[in-house]
Amino acid sequence: MDLPTLWFALAVTCWVLFFVLEGFDFGVGVLAPVLGRDDHERGAGVTTIGPVWDGNEVWLVAAVGVTFAAFPDWYAALLSGLYLPFVLVLLTLAARGVALEFRGKGGTARWRAACDAVLAVSSLLTAALWGALLGVLATGLALGADGEVVGSGLDRTLGPLVSPPALLGAALGIGVSLLQGATFLGLRTTGPLRARSRTAALGTLVPVAVLVAVVAPPGLVAVAVVAALVVLRREVLAFAAASVAVGVGVVAVLAAHLPAVLPSTLDPAFSLTVDGAAASPGALQLITVAAVVVLPGVIAYQAFSYWVFRRRVASERVVS
Amino acid sequence: MTALELSRLQFAVVTVYHYLFVPLSISLATLTALLQTQAYRRPADPRWQRLTLVAGKLLMITFAVGIVTGLVQEFQFGLSWSAFARFYGDVFGPTLAIEGMLAFFLEATFLGLWWFGADRLPRRVHLATIWIVAVGTLISAYVILAANAFMQNPVAYTLDPETGRARLGSFADLLTNQVVLAAFPHTIAGAFAGGGALLLAIGAWRARRGDPDGRWRLFTRVGAWTTLAGGTLVALTGDLLGKVMTQVQPMKMAAAEALYATQAGAPFSLFAVGAPGEKEPFFSLDVPWLLSFLATGDPTATVQGIDDLQAQYVAQFGPGDYVPVVPMAYWSFRFMIGFGVLATMVAAWVLWRTRRSRDLAPGPGLAGLADRWLLRLLWTVPVLPALAATAGWLFTETARQPWLVFGLFRTADGVSPGLTAGEIAASLAGFALVYGVLAVVWVRLVLRVARTAGDDPAPVTEADDTADRPLVPSY
Repeated sequence: MDLPTLWFALAVTCWVLFFVLEGFDFGVGVLAPVLGRDDHERGAGVTTIGPVWDGNEVWLVAAVGVTFAAFPDWYAALLSGLYLPFVLVLLTLAARGVALEFRGKGGTARWRAACDAVLAVSSLLTAALWGALLGVLATGLALGADGEVVGSGLDRTLGPLVSPPALLGAALGIGVSLLQGATFLGLRTTGPLRARSRTAALGTLVPVAVLVAVVAPPGLVAVAVVAALVVLRREVLAFAAASVAVGVGVVAVLAAHLPAVLPSTLDPAFSLTVDGAAASPGALQLITVAAVVVLPGVIAYQAFSYWVFRRRVASERVVS
Repeated sequence: MTALELSRLQFAVVTVYHYLFVPLSISLATLTALLQTQAYRRPADPRWQRLTLVAGKLLMITFAVGIVTGLVQEFQFGLSWSAFARFYGDVFGPTLAIEGMLAFFLEATFLGLWWFGADRLPRRVHLATIWIVAVGTLISAYVILAANAFMQNPVAYTLDPETGRARLGSFADLLTNQVVLAAFPHTIAGAFAGGGALLLAIGAWRARRGDPDGRWRLFTRVGAWTTLAGGTLVALTGDLLGKVMTQVQPMKMAAAEALYATQAGAPFSLFAVGAPGEKEPFFSLDVPWLLSFLATGDPTATVQGIDDLQAQYVAQFGPGDYVPVVPMAYWSFRFMIGFGVLATMVAAWVLWRTRRSRDLAPGPGLAGLADRWLLRLLWTVPVLPALAATAGWLFTETARQPWLVFGLFRTADGVSPGLTAGEIAASLAGFALVYGVLAVVWVRLVLRVARTAGDDPAPVTEADDTADRPLVPSY
């Protein structure tokens, strides 16, 4: 495997890990405030992702950094071509991050309720935006000969976001992260919250099945597997299956047009290809060494972190 | 405003804002680790444990803002500077990728382990987690400063003759750029001056409101020592950085002094009245020979002036205006030094007045008056290093103009070609709104920590019989 191909695979891996790991914590962000009936239960729901959400989000930093380093043209065309959608993503991620971190540090129940509201809305918007962006990527951008998206104004960078693939993607993004979030909450909580998470997972499965039937009919197999596991109360497997399905979906979108990494909707000759967009061999060798040395360690200590916080979070009120 | 001007304004706004929080995150991570090390070594003294928690809460609140605003930094080279990303991505991209892989994962993962792991990790491991966070912040600072150093003084690259794009040469050379070797200690020392000032202000404020076991006095003095040491090191390393800059970007240093004519034995202007940007003479309080000495180490050496450098650059790079905005350079340089010196002097004063179990004592006499005003204006103490750092970055970035990468790539050539002014104005408004709300909330939360933290009972840190207990929500 030559270096550009290897780095395409590694970049896709980072994006997949981001979507899988943040997918469930977007879902938890929406569901914890909704499923928790009181301050205590909502706190329990949020605590399931409290120690790990930030580490999950760093996979976005890694994915963007790796895309920039290994494929500067891909990074440049993607972000400048979808300027306003990505700015929106950054704003909703900002609101989400601070709502999570500030929630427990304001001292009053009213403060926590306000943070929960911001968390739920921003998580929902973030999931929708990422879904829409994947929908756009599945079809490509109007790349011109210089590798930039042609045209100008709002229609250029905001237009793709209201196209049919983007809207379907947004709906699917919301549905899938809710499903992932519900199965994660079911796996990580006890008592009433655990029971309600299961109901939520079952409820999400129906619209997700409809959307998948429209977008990618073979994906219905995965939906059926997740549904069966939720019904059978196999919590670990249900969450794992939902996560694998998300990962496969992301790979399918990013690799759909190979050797193009970013297809042009105007002329296939303008598409950015793996080799055409790749950085120089020197830069690729450098980041290869860095990735080989560093990433296995990252995965190991992130796994350690999940292991440390493996216990379920009690949602019942303990009388003391 | 044009798309270019708005892009520059947006970059300035989001970067300056981000850097209000970064120095605090860097220094608070190390300070929290140091306090916890004391708590670990002296389990009989509960003060250290409590103070660790206070610093840790400040760290968590600040880190959160640093993360979400830092994400914007990584995106914006592609968002509004896509031409720069294409031409210099080969050199610039790997630094961002390596910073993410090497440092951000460490910081994010171990900060989560530290905050939530107090009752489920052995004490020693728990202490290690905060030290790993601290090391992560320092690695991150080094790598990103190396990326900035490339823009100040491009090294370790070749230009592709066909495309004109930069190709990465040796990464080791990129990391040992003489600019980063001087800028890293300068920046880190400044960060510690900032974090120390925050501890000083909170400690002194709380100490006035009752301090039976002296923990707030301890907090004050830890903060004051940190700011004094940081401020002193900032000055020493700033001198080094200035000498390096005089070699690699003489125009920047000439602009800092509004020195138009090349001069031997050049004086250092302490402050000026009038507009130093105009060539007309203006009133300036000068220290003879000091500029030559600071720039080169020799008081009689010749320092190149703006006019000669402009002529030299025209000959070298072709027609154009290579002079940055001189009043901006002149005044930001002086604000940087002035606010930094003031913060350091405040720290020295506090250490002197609290020596040997004394306290700040508002009362009769000049010293009492100074203490009274210090206590009244305590909230300004952590603002001083932040203003100094902001002025420093405004100086270093604006006085490099018109270059984005010095001598190679102009800022005007770096902007994303298809963006319209309206789009950038919209995103700038969005960032301003969200960042404004964040700033208000951050200040409120820090004030809350300042008012209430440190009194709660010390948490259990032994992970002995708790392993089978379900996690209790703490978020």
